[in-house]
Amino acid sequence: MDTESTYSGYSYYSGRSRGSHRHGERIRDHHKSRSKDGSRSEKSVTINAPPAEPLLGDSSVLGEEVQDDNWGETTTAVTGTSEHSLSQEDIVRITKDLEDSVGLDCRRYFSLTLAVVLGLLVFLTPLAFLALPHLLWPDKLLVCGTACEGLFISVAFKLLILLLAVWALFFRAPRASLPRVFVFRALLAVLVLLFVVSYWLFYGVRILDSQDENYQGIVQYAVSLVDALLFIHYLAIVLLELRQLQPAFSVCVTRSTDGETRHYNLGQLSIQRAALVIIENYYRDFSVHNPALLTASKSRAAKHLAGLKVYNVDGPENNAATGLAHSQSRAMIAAAARRRDTSHNELYYEEAEHERRVRKRKARLVVAVEEAFTHIKRMQEEEQKKAPGDVMDPREAAQAIFPSMARSLQKYLRTTRQQHCHSMESIQQHLAFCITNNMTPKAFLESYLTPGPTLQYGRERWLARQWTLVSEASVTSGLKEGAIFLLKCIDFSLVVTAKRIPYIQLSEEFIDPKSHKFVLRLQSETSV
Amino acid sequence: MSFIPGQPVTAVVQRIEIRKLRQGEHLILGFSIGGGIDQDPGQNPFSEDKSDKGIYVTRVTPEGPAEVAGLMMGDKVMQVNGWDMTMVTHDQARKRLTKKNEDVVRLLVTRKSLEQAVKHSMM
Repeated sequence: MDTESTYSGYSYYSGRSRGSHRHGERIRDHHKSRSKDGSRSEKSVTINAPPAEPLLGDSSVLGEEVQDDNWGETTTAVTGTSEHSLSQEDIVRITKDLEDSVGLDCRRYFSLTLAVVLGLLVFLTPLAFLALPHLLWPDKLLVCGTACEGLFISVAFKLLILLLAVWALFFRAPRASLPRVFVFRALLAVLVLLFVVSYWLFYGVRILDSQDENYQGIVQYAVSLVDALLFIHYLAIVLLELRQLQPAFSVCVTRSTDGETRHYNLGQLSIQRAALVIIENYYRDFSVHNPALLTASKSRAAKHLAGLKVYNVDGPENNAATGLAHSQSRAMIAAAARRRDTSHNELYYEEAEHERRVRKRKARLVVAVEEAFTHIKRMQEEEQKKAPGDVMDPREAAQAIFPSMARSLQKYLRTTRQQHCHSMESIQQHLAFCITNNMTPKAFLESYLTPGPTLQYGRERWLARQWTLVSEASVTSGLKEGAIFLLKCIDFSLVVTAKRIPYIQLSEEFIDPKSHKFVLRLQSETSV
Repeated sequence: MSFIPGQPVTAVVQRIEIRKLRQGEHLILGFSIGGGIDQDPGQNPFSEDKSDKGIYVTRVTPEGPAEVAGLMMGDKVMQVNGWDMTMVTHDQARKRLTKKNEDVVRLLVTRKSLEQAVKHSMM
């Protein structure tokens, strides 16, 4: 049943680890402990081999693997490290949600009320301009002629257009909450406020106080206000939407944990808006962050310096503390470099065997899934009337064929360290989805064979509320050539570098179509 | 071996007399020529100046009359029986060499080593 025991291991793996494995103990990462045993026997000549301590402070991720190696042999624990780290993430997430919800709601409601007040002010002002003369000095007013009444229609429609335009531009569900205020919006709000206030001032002084009878002039004044508001709306469109459409910068986004890199072209944006665009693209383009894939290199790094310990044999000298530390670290680095370690050998064989194992499990998985899919067939129309019994809906069908492929699927996910990304429920849901839409087994398997973008997985992987923008320049300042900032999530960060797109000078060369003429050039050799 | 347009060509030449050999009904000389003013001078492997459109010896059959007379591969043929070979087409060159009523052809050929030999002997 346990197929790994039939692998012919490489000769340097010590027999002890293989024997213990054969006894059926389930070591979570027997792979790692095997290699550790092998390398430990080679290091038996070192003076002191202390238990490897985690070099990185993130003990939650490393805690289980890098402890005393004997632990791995004698326990039957099956839990994965990733579950531990997830639980810590849960705690972090919950606390952050609590604090975020209070702070952000306040800010959001504040800006929302401001916007609503400004909007009401803007819309009611022309109407007030038109209505107030009728209310305050109705008898003195000149009768409104035809031209004047025509202007009423114009005011009405322009106000309607303004209403629709403002709704289209500003009344959208907010897609993010940024750390600082959005500068352009604030400027526009101030501009609108100043504008309306100045109109009111003029109205108050010249019209209300002097009780002007020329109603047509007042209506024209209101029309000019609405016109100017429409122009301000045009300015808002240009500043908020159009200006950043033309690409000006090419940003390079690298994930710090595994180095996955993408490039994007952005326009002239402030750093916080650029960060928002980059994060939205991250959710689409980057494969999901899988902490389980990084443990191998961390354990290798831990092993590398673990076998050495520095003793100061010159006695207690009066060294400065830094000098001592320097000499110690230099001694360690020199010793590590001189040591003939075979970790590259281990890595090579480890990777080759891992590759083989993955391919073998993949073959089994593909066969199992294909076989499972043959048991299911879509019921035809005629059969529907004949046999009402034993008819299943997609969910039941998925549940019926799932057990036959569950084992091989789970083994494959374990080998590729993806088992925590997919829960049984999600696998069954995906299976029902594929059955409903007539997908082939290959289409069903595709989402498990290659890691997809983050949005494909469950909500707990999204971590959409955990992003932090780390930048030396102010986040409301614009992107510049050579700007670098970081987008930190919980266990990884995205390093972003911006470069200006070069100024391209394109020149033209005209070729007359009649100038395409050819000659035959020979070089013949004649014997005489 | 390069020429300056408008100036007379000067070269150190060797006189080679080849007696034609009768093979069946043909008279053969035992070498092959390449080049000519209607050919592509850039493909000539033997010329120093790649715009030289003269006639060059591209192959000499071993034990043939040309080799016996001392002709070598890479030689540039300047004159054949008094006729100039520096500004002729490939076909004209072939005809001058393969005249049926001539038994002997007297060539003036030049090569790089001739100039060097003259320089050496003068020093």
